[in-house]
Amino acid sequence: MGTEPPEKQPPSAPEGGETKPAGSASSEPAKPAAAKPAAAAPPKPPAPPPKKEERTPLDNDLVKRFRGRFGEAVREAWLDRKQAILVVEAAKLRAVCEFARDSEKFDMLVDLTAVDWPKREKRFEVVLQLYSFAKNERLRVKAPTADGESVPSVTAVWPTAGWLERECFDMFGIRFDGHPGLKRILLPDEWQGYPLRKDYDILQQDEAWVRENMGIESGQ
Amino acid sequence: MDEIRSEGMAPPSVELAVPGADEIVLNMGPQHPSTHGVLRVKLRLDGERIDGSECVIGYLHRGVEKIAEHRTYTQFAPYVDRMDYVAAVSNGLGYCEAVEKLLGAEATPRAKVVRTILTELQRIASHLLWLGTHALDLGALTPVFYCLREREEILKIFEKYCGARLTTHAFRIGGLQYETYDGFEHDVKRFCDDFGSKVDEYEQLLTGNRIWVGRTKGIGILTAQQAIALGVTGPPLRASGVKWDLRKAMPYAAYDQYDFIIPTATNGDTYDRYVVRMEEMRQSRSICLQAIENIPAGPIMAKVGKVLKPPPGEVYHSIEAPKGEIGYYVVSDGTTQPYRVRVRPPSFINLQAFDTMVKGHLVADVVAIIGTLDIVLGEVDR
Repeated sequence: MGTEPPEKQPPSAPEGGETKPAGSASSEPAKPAAAKPAAAAPPKPPAPPPKKEERTPLDNDLVKRFRGRFGEAVREAWLDRKQAILVVEAAKLRAVCEFARDSEKFDMLVDLTAVDWPKREKRFEVVLQLYSFAKNERLRVKAPTADGESVPSVTAVWPTAGWLERECFDMFGIRFDGHPGLKRILLPDEWQGYPLRKDYDILQQDEAWVRENMGIESGQ
Repeated sequence: MDEIRSEGMAPPSVELAVPGADEIVLNMGPQHPSTHGVLRVKLRLDGERIDGSECVIGYLHRGVEKIAEHRTYTQFAPYVDRMDYVAAVSNGLGYCEAVEKLLGAEATPRAKVVRTILTELQRIASHLLWLGTHALDLGALTPVFYCLREREEILKIFEKYCGARLTTHAFRIGGLQYETYDGFEHDVKRFCDDFGSKVDEYEQLLTGNRIWVGRTKGIGILTAQQAIALGVTGPPLRASGVKWDLRKAMPYAAYDQYDFIIPTATNGDTYDRYVVRMEEMRQSRSICLQAIENIPAGPIMAKVGKVLKPPPGEVYHSIEAPKGEIGYYVVSDGTTQPYRVRVRPPSFINLQAFDTMVKGHLVADVVAIIGTLDIVLGEVDR
């Protein structure tokens, strides 16, 4: 079925008749059947497994100072595309940030976001992009956290985090301890679910909305 | 401002507490013309003085970051144009360069220079729209006509180059899709030659104007410390006296080849942000003129392949957009679709400073402060 080019409609029509109620219309049931092989083809070749991520461990003076101050709480440090990444324990995030700001001169929090890795033991990774005006240098700090665990808020270190943590909560449902007003920011307050989680299906959401508000089944 | 002053509406159910009996909470927007889109601001007023505010955003949220996870790297590129839709070229440049970094590829020298020219024209266009509407909000009717006249010339160049005026999708990952058209250099040069005196013309209308000065000087002050603590970037940061511009600090495209200065000011008020943006337009013009003199020959696309499969890993890349630092944090899992795309929106983060800037001012100044932040709600809400 998959080898059939979609242009050859007449031969593929009987095949389509097997899955759909046959004989209802002459030409119409052929269309979804012809479209199917084309749509099913792309997900097929996942044959070459994705290459493993190559990590260049980083152990420069900056990382050494962080390690000296926080010991085991600094889990890993590596370079990716020449960008420094530091993984720290979520419980120590605020202390690490204070140290980064006061002693290492990372005076600006450029961005705060999260990434969802559902298969990992701790599914979320809170990601902070820091910038130092004095050194003209960037540092990415990551803090892994599990669903339901809360992360210390860094709003007291950088007020920028106020809206960014709210957005993170809005999209991932990560709670930040010590945030002055953690509530949804982009979505309505009554919104259900956290859209940027990997298990949040946009199609499902659309179907549920149509069913609830229009009383019909979605045609998506 | 009559429509605002005259209302005695009941305070909406907000967390913005109303402590004193003399205070009221006033809703501004989301359909207020001077909020430049769908921004809603709740103001807590003591008489006409503001002693607290809260921005309500998200009316234009389209879930751009979620969409990215369901598209290929190439398919997602046009979506970024729809965030800051008055500076689509800058958004596109940031995204394309971020993915190029992720791939370990680099645009060709010719593509880099053409990108620089178009991005600088876009900066002028974005600043012109800001100036026109900002002046209009503050009661100066004339500048908007002049500004849109010049902006039109830039949009015509974009249209001739790629067929679109606003959401241009001018760049591709790896370079450019289109070669420049015949007469591109001539068009850009003619625009730049004319434009020098045009900026002076706008300044004649506004810089010494007593009403303009009265409405902008000392309004919405942001100190350098506050700006850095709040993550404010772009012209508002520079107007507070921080000489920082990503084009110089971490050069991208072809910016390291051209001479230009970073205009700064000291007071961090609305007037200073106006001065900084005016000078930025002159600098952008100068960059265009330098770049147009010598566009290297050669291919416009680097060899990146038709199917983009960046190796697993992640990258953060940001550029100096007209509004501030726009950054893309892209995570790859080795497939054709990005695992995660995070956009660091300058408008969103700059808008957070609104509350700090507006405290103690009058209701009429809210309009000046929203205007001077130069936000685009498409980017705030994404």
